[in-house]
Amino acid sequence: MKDPDASANPPVDGSELIRFDHVTKRFGSNTVLDELDFSVESGKHVTLIGPSGSGKTTILRLLMTLAKPDEGTITVAGDKLFPAPEKQVREVRKKIGMVFQQFNLFPNMSVLRNITEAPVTVLGMSKDEAEARARELLDMVGLADKCDARPTQLSGGQQQRVAIARALAMRPQVLLLDEVTSALDPELVAGVLDVLRDIARTTDITMLCVTHEMNFARDISDQVLMFDSGRVIESGVPEKIFNDPEKDRTREFLSAVL
Amino acid sequence: MTWDWGAVADFMPRFWDGLLVTLQILVLGSLISFALGLVWALLMRTPTRWVRWPVGVVTEFIRNTPLLVQLFFFFYVLPEWGLTWSALTTGVCAIGLHYSTYTMQVYRAGIEAVPAGQWEAATALNLPVRHTWTAVILPQAIRRVVPALGNYVIAMLKDTPILMSITVLELLGEARLFSQQNFQFTEPLTVIGVAFILIAYPASLLVRALERRLVR
Repeated sequence: MKDPDASANPPVDGSELIRFDHVTKRFGSNTVLDELDFSVESGKHVTLIGPSGSGKTTILRLLMTLAKPDEGTITVAGDKLFPAPEKQVREVRKKIGMVFQQFNLFPNMSVLRNITEAPVTVLGMSKDEAEARARELLDMVGLADKCDARPTQLSGGQQQRVAIARALAMRPQVLLLDEVTSALDPELVAGVLDVLRDIARTTDITMLCVTHEMNFARDISDQVLMFDSGRVIESGVPEKIFNDPEKDRTREFLSAVL
Repeated sequence: MTWDWGAVADFMPRFWDGLLVTLQILVLGSLISFALGLVWALLMRTPTRWVRWPVGVVTEFIRNTPLLVQLFFFFYVLPEWGLTWSALTTGVCAIGLHYSTYTMQVYRAGIEAVPAGQWEAATALNLPVRHTWTAVILPQAIRRVVPALGNYVIAMLKDTPILMSITVLELLGEARLFSQQNFQFTEPLTVIGVAFILIAYPASLLVRALERRLVR
């Protein structure tokens, strides 16, 4: 167990950043996560794979506090995220950013304002500083010319790249990616994955990724976790999981999706 | 029955007085119903039952009792409790309050139509709840409900003559007064009927245009 005071020291690369202890999540009589234990080290890129309904997305939603576990504890950088008082949740949540399957950009704001809104209101950044940073991020995702556009004027791929920039603007330590290419037309997927590959290569951000893009998972992951029925049934480096899985269940799943 | 243009000309000064009062009722009543309806809708979203329950009962009560009864209540009963307002003020407040119980339903539908993903994105960005409401949810919800609110403004316009019953001299009140004094009913009533159409019909066209523009 971590010392409660450990939060005073920022996590160095390779230290444990996220930890689930005996986390159970039920929806009605359906147990989605079953006393799940797992941890993610700082700076690592971890991909969660497994059949739909196996609890992968639920893990991201619990980390983003979009849902609450029924039992167990969740710790981020030594601080409790659950169970924790609301004030602490707000502090811990600053370390986490998320990109959604359906982008969820704010349609009533320009692209630029989508990105600057939270840094200005939550981090207290000045408007000029936030805009300068937003323009840098838009440039990074290849959309420097779309500052003043409305999200609805963009293609799905462009919207998702804005959503990535918006999440990064909060300088999170962890980026949660929830099937970020599933809602995209096939020809738009590559552009989004390229941006994410870039981020994985050039930053030290920790990534937790749920995806059905196995080639992408193989490319960027340091570790792959195979889920089935709310438990991790196998984990390892991508070469191991994709080329020589130990469990039959993993083999079956991979042969179905590859 | 003959049409007397002279009577129309005689009525016109009173017509303008009445029109001014009708428009006052409409504008102020609408503003009250827009603001109060939003307050009701937001109170109905609070987590505590102790807020939602009384608000639900009161608004349900107002929506399901006749406006005329409420007008009489405000005009004849409230003064007994020491609250003396002019007939116009009483009427504006009553009609605004009455319609706020309808606009609250419009706002509720608009708020519920904002996708859950918008709340989730706001949480993911750590936006405070109040800021999420004012910067993300309400702008989207209100945009969607502007046409529906417009329809209630038109409905309210057609309800303004009820205020005549508490002595407010709006269009119908002026027409009736003129009729009783001059024994000429056709001309003033026709003139105000035309006036209602001239306001309501363009307004309904405007609402339809807004619908096309704002509701996707």
